[in-house]
Amino acid sequence: MKPRVVLDVAPLPENSFGSRTLTWWGTIGFMCLEGMGFALAIGAYLYLRVLQPSWPMNIPPPDLLPGTIVTVILLISVIPNYFLEHWARAYDMAKVRIGLVLMTLLGIAPVIVRTFEFPALRERWDTDAYGSITWFLLGLHTTHLITDLGDTAVLTVLMFTRHGENPRRFSDTSDNAFYWYFVVLTWLPIYFVLYWLPRIG
Amino acid sequence: MSAAAEPLRDTDLGESELEARVRSLWRTPRGVIGWLSSVDHKQIALRYIVTAFFFMGLAGIGAVVMRLQLATPDAHVVNPDRYDQLFTMHGSTMMFLFAVPIMQAVGLYFVPLMIGTREVAFPRLNAFSYWNYLFGCLFLWFCFFSNNGPDVGWFSYTPLSLSQYNVGHRADFWAQMITYTEVAGLSVAVIMIVTVFKMRAPGMTLDRIPLFTWSSLVTAFMIVFAMPAVVVVSTMLILDRMVNTHFFDSSLGGDNLLFQHLFWFFGHPEVYFIFIPATGFVSSIIPTFARRPMFGHTAVVLSLVATAFMSFGLWVHHMFVTGLPRLGESFFTASSMAIAVPSGIQIFCWIATLWSGRPVFRTPLLFVLGFIFNFVIGGLTGVMVASVPLDTQVHDTYFVVAHFHYVLIGGSVFPLIAAVYYWFPKVTGRMLSETVGRWNFWIAFVGFNLAFFPMHILGLEGMPRRVYTYSAEMPWGTLNLLSTIGAIIFASSFLLLLWNIVRSLRRGEAAGPNPWDGDTLEWATSSPPPPQNFTRIPVVTSLTPLWEHRETLPAVAGLRVDRREVLVSTLTEAEPDIRESSPEPSIWPLFAAIATGCTFLGSIYTPWAIIYGALPVTITLIGWFWPKGTKEDES
Ligand code: HEM
Ligand SMILES: [Cu+2]
Repeated sequence: MKPRVVLDVAPLPENSFGSRTLTWWGTIGFMCLEGMGFALAIGAYLYLRVLQPSWPMNIPPPDLLPGTIVTVILLISVIPNYFLEHWARAYDMAKVRIGLVLMTLLGIAPVIVRTFEFPALRERWDTDAYGSITWFLLGLHTTHLITDLGDTAVLTVLMFTRHGENPRRFSDTSDNAFYWYFVVLTWLPIYFVLYWLPRIG
Repeated sequence: MSAAAEPLRDTDLGESELEARVRSLWRTPRGVIGWLSSVDHKQIALRYIVTAFFFMGLAGIGAVVMRLQLATPDAHVVNPDRYDQLFTMHGSTMMFLFAVPIMQAVGLYFVPLMIGTREVAFPRLNAFSYWNYLFGCLFLWFCFFSNNGPDVGWFSYTPLSLSQYNVGHRADFWAQMITYTEVAGLSVAVIMIVTVFKMRAPGMTLDRIPLFTWSSLVTAFMIVFAMPAVVVVSTMLILDRMVNTHFFDSSLGGDNLLFQHLFWFFGHPEVYFIFIPATGFVSSIIPTFARRPMFGHTAVVLSLVATAFMSFGLWVHHMFVTGLPRLGESFFTASSMAIAVPSGIQIFCWIATLWSGRPVFRTPLLFVLGFIFNFVIGGLTGVMVASVPLDTQVHDTYFVVAHFHYVLIGGSVFPLIAAVYYWFPKVTGRMLSETVGRWNFWIAFVGFNLAFFPMHILGLEGMPRRVYTYSAEMPWGTLNLLSTIGAIIFASSFLLLLWNIVRSLRRGEAAGPNPWDGDTLEWATSSPPPPQNFTRIPVVTSLTPLWEHRETLPAVAGLRVDRREVLVSTLTEAEPDIRESSPEPSIWPLFAAIATGCTFLGSIYTPWAIIYGALPVTITLIGWFWPKGTKEDES
């Protein structure tokens, strides 16, 4: 069918941020499905818990220290993350580089402390169902941390090459920062379930 | 970022020059590498469709072999072990590798055309998802052909699927290949949501979205929220089998019903991933052949959304015989019966549209009428098994097998074949033969009912499902023979369809852009659609744009023609907002899929594969995302 031009889109921008872009919505989509995975894993934890007269089954609750350190690091990381997203929107290359390096370091730190969290559970995954589900939850979130760390690291390197000089990369940086909030946010219920539920319930 | 010379735009070119230019911009490169690098949503969707039909064929042959085994008492066509593998492969393939992917794939092909855009969001993710899916299919069937197919039923219940009862790697293959192919399903769902939300042609406000597009959108949402459950549960299963976790081991605090809850939290909505797109086909076909817009358009959209929400509250009806609390069971009975209401509303709207229109009975409409008939029967038996006492009686008998084939085949495969007849001209530029189509319909309709109606009676007479044979004293012989004859007739209707396709590809009548005088945008472009779908993005002013504009189609100007460009619009009003670049073809999604595939395959033999596999996966992902300095990357 013959087209009849009624609208000129030439004045529209070629790059934007947040909910105006496709990537942002894609990120939301993946957050929904990953969030659902976490919710179901937590559901499985609660389900197994009500079946047992005592929980943890035979041992004291996990050691609080490493998990709490991870929580504190993650909460602190939100502040530079906020600024990074801000700088990206302002196309401020120098500050974005600093922010990305900082966020890469703040991604490595919790992964290191995380290696102490597994022993802090005081039980291996193959001892009983309590061990299985706690390792499962912690493992899920660790995968999450590592993949986001990888993403941030690659983006950081990219921003130091000639490919960084591209509006689209700033939008990517902003989406990356947005995703980090999600990594932090999903940790909080898991932290509560793993460390505090056995103490209060 | 530098403001170089103004890029070339469509306004700088004449109509035929523009068409040539945009076409070459969006064309997939020639040659093997080009083919493997394609990101064109139409090509990828078509690969999905062909692959899904191929594996449906294998699973269908498996079904015919089962029916031959059951045709007479004490038969020896296959041994019991093979029979177990056969029904497991049949069920798993039909559900995971055929029905869900093909419904998503039809959406991948037509949704961008219907909403007036040139590509899906994230075309490379789309290519990646296809390769994942293909490798998953191949791995699973390779196991079967090496006599190592999974043999614990399509839902692989524990404890039967745990290592004490299932030695070897049969159940591991099931678990890993399900996880792996579901990654593809989840990716496509995200692609679909973003495409429909943000890439609609200017003017396509929410109330102008075609019904099939709605159905794809609603399904994608359901997939996003339901499919993670099966990924979680199949991962737990393989962990129990491989590294001795105890999720399902009741002696150490695990629980078998946890498996069932997680599986059916996904499994029940899955039925609706298959059914809702099928209703989308029906809602596209009926208005075209009734020659009037859909009666109750808004009511249909609301029923789709209602069905989606309600389908998450039904899963326990698969577990009525597991001894759950009585009150809980009553709730799930009520919800299972209530979900019939929105489906009923849709059926009412379809009939009202046909009633008040001037229906033209071509093959697509015949299949749709067959669908309505069969689906009503399936729905009735569904309401029956939703009640606990009845379900307790017929649970795990052929009554259930009859019920779900009426819903799955009657409710989805009939509309799917209708969709093949309806959209084949668009995809290939040629019509399927109408005469063969009518034969196709009647053979399918008679064969299907003959194959599956007797199973209701067999079930009431107590014949259990998943048995490889029965003795001659049982009064089941005649009905089983009848059912087998029906199955062969039904299967031959697919051979007829295949023949019709092959013949029409070569000699079919030329279709032209809009052979049925359809009302939605896919019919505005040529058949088959050019690589760019539309040389100029259309502007939408009504729900039935092609019935509104008979001569010329309102369109957009001002897009760049020196790079692949798509229009991103606002969520509700579909006002044009950004001109974004769309990625070029790339071989990296294939490499990434090979790396992930090998990792999954390795993980069946050793958990360390996850660690070894991480490196190649990372490298291929970096290769995928690293900018190559093309115009698409640059801005
Ligand atoms: C030629 C067409 C078909 C025939 C003759 C057929 C036949 C059968 C038979 C005889 C069984 C029961 C095996 C047993 O319990 O021992 C079965 C199971 C099943 N069928 Fe079909 N079928 C056909 C098509 C389909 C389609 C199109 C779907 C889905 C879209 C499907 C989904 C299933 C499922 C999920 C099972 C359950 C497998 C299990 O018990 O684990 N079938 N089929
Ligand atoms: Cu169900």
